[in-house]
Amino acid sequence: MTTRLRVLDDGAWISVNDGREVRVSELWRLDAPELCECALTDLVVENFQSVGVDGSTVEVRAYGQCIACGATGTTGWIPVGRVRGGEFTELDRSAVRRVRR
Amino acid sequence: MPTDVENWKSEVYGNEIRDRLFEFAEEGFDSIPDDERDAWFERFKWWGLYHQRNGQEGYFMMRIGTPNGVLEPGQLRTVGEIADEYARGPGVNPIFGGAYADFTTRQSIQLHWIELSDVPAIFEKLEENGLSTQQACGDSWRNIVGNPVAGKDGQEVIDAWPVISELNETFKGNDDHANLPRKWKVSVTGSADGSGQGDINDLAFEPAYKAVGGGSGGDGAGGETEDTVGFNVRVGGGLARNEPRFARDIDVWVPPDRVPDVAGGLSALFRDYGDREDRYNARVKFLVDEWGADEVRETLQEEYVDFELETAGRDVREEYTYNAGEGERNDLIGVHDQKNGENFVGLNVLVGRMGADDVLELADLAEEYGSGEVRLSQRQNVVVTDVPDDALDEFLDEPLLDHYSPSPSPFMRGSVACTGTEFCSLSIVETKNRQVRFARWLKANVDLPDDVDEFHIHLSGCTASCAQPQIADVSLRGMKTRKDGDPVEALDVGLGGGLGEDPQFARWVTQRVPVDEVPGALANLVESFAAERDEGESFRAFVARYDDDELDALVEPEETDYEDPMMHNTKRTWYPYAEDDAMEDAPPTPADD
Repeated sequence: MTTRLRVLDDGAWISVNDGREVRVSELWRLDAPELCECALTDLVVENFQSVGVDGSTVEVRAYGQCIACGATGTTGWIPVGRVRGGEFTELDRSAVRRVRR
Repeated sequence: MPTDVENWKSEVYGNEIRDRLFEFAEEGFDSIPDDERDAWFERFKWWGLYHQRNGQEGYFMMRIGTPNGVLEPGQLRTVGEIADEYARGPGVNPIFGGAYADFTTRQSIQLHWIELSDVPAIFEKLEENGLSTQQACGDSWRNIVGNPVAGKDGQEVIDAWPVISELNETFKGNDDHANLPRKWKVSVTGSADGSGQGDINDLAFEPAYKAVGGGSGGDGAGGETEDTVGFNVRVGGGLARNEPRFARDIDVWVPPDRVPDVAGGLSALFRDYGDREDRYNARVKFLVDEWGADEVRETLQEEYVDFELETAGRDVREEYTYNAGEGERNDLIGVHDQKNGENFVGLNVLVGRMGADDVLELADLAEEYGSGEVRLSQRQNVVVTDVPDDALDEFLDEPLLDHYSPSPSPFMRGSVACTGTEFCSLSIVETKNRQVRFARWLKANVDLPDDVDEFHIHLSGCTASCAQPQIADVSLRGMKTRKDGDPVEALDVGLGGGLGEDPQFARWVTQRVPVDEVPGALANLVESFAAERDEGESFRAFVARYDDDELDALVEPEETDYEDPMMHNTKRTWYPYAEDDAMEDAPPTPADD
């Protein structure tokens, strides 16, 4: 089954099968030492740069800022949810996310 | 590889979208196939319709493009009637009520909560009255901006209104220019105050004198012909995405009758050479970065115009005051002389939002005291034109002007805010309701020095910069932070921006101030300004004397008696704004009837 993934509206959200599923302005906890030196990056997501898929996992590269240290940048590929049977399920927003590649 | 958006545009774009839009409107929102919604919502923008944010499915923002902000007699009434009838959502805004119109920083009008099924009737009413939503959004010529009182302003160098009208006629609905790599924002200014804000546009025409056919053109001295008034051309300005640019001088002067040729040439250059593979790199400012102004000029000359371009003429930038932070006319608020001896009266519309009832009452007043014409400024305010001297006092005594004042508090007068999380997908924070609360608190609690009657505070919900935050005395930009461990909305604070002869972007000196501490921070900043300024010194000049760390120290965030009911995630919550982030209370989707 094909899943349509898109970054739309100037990177404001991720469309999965033509539905608005993941949005900017959320705070994500990241294990992303390449982005900043905080033990966990506390990233406010300002816009999405790209979206992809690894198996059933939907991943994004997002631009944002760590609100703990102020570092800004674009992340590596970070999981945001899974597609099973054509249905998208967003990851728990409070979970710590790790850069996968 | 072309983007999805480019692929959709290559299939259907421009005027032809309208037929399908009307079919969907007739058959209902649900008739848009699920697997085509992204594409159609992207295309609808070309006709001024923008799907509102997540949680407001089925509702659209509708943007009406009013070239140069000119609303001819009767047109404001049309807008008010449409707002009253169609721009009513399921929620009532706690400050602005149930139906309202937003006047934007690009002299357009935005209505919210529009349902697709109502679009044909709205279009019919707009077009019967000479208004349109065509190309108000999307990748094409946007609403052309300029000095809103063109043709009437006593400070005018050249009447730009005929030029703007011709550009609008030529490039709206023009298939050759309908599908550009990205938005294309054009400013044409004929006045000496710089109120067209050309520096922050993709393409700017600014008044300039040129000794054509002889002489140096510098000061006209030694020329064989007298100076002719025309326009200098700048390209590649814009504020979005942490990549602000002022438009670059391409060393071209053009007489008024050649403006469409040069504008069309540059639009075509952008169409042909702009980046269609990366939308983040698509705006013409990045092309100018890459090529430089000289190559833009050379390419325009060699490939897009069939006459010899003149070099730049003598400009009047030293007279620019609009949004400059200094000088006499930073905005168009108040009573001003028209060329014909009548007056135009600029009225303050706090954050640009006006209730539908007030829109209709203003239309009445414009007809009673003026010609019925109303114009919109780039500071989200309205201007009533053609008021004769003998009607002026009575007009100024009208009760409506208690709310939309020609002599407001500096904090009311200087407030500009974008749409924010209320409707916008990209914004990080609530803006309009918050800026109203900020302005009211500052008016009640903070004293500016007696000789300071303007103080511009622009609040933008994100880096898209729709409130033009980088060109304000105080720039506020949406962010997040944690307060006592909880995520809250926050604002970055920038200082000292402004246009004028030597435009300057604000410097971002303080990051992530929790929103409830921002009014206290501004109060402390103003207190330092009042205490430390040199006599008669403007805020912008004051800021220029300090480095970023020193300015950061002057911005002392502090809790006060200001209360903010929108501290938490306003992307998830809804009126009247809950304190619980977990709330997922979205307005209902419209019935598909």
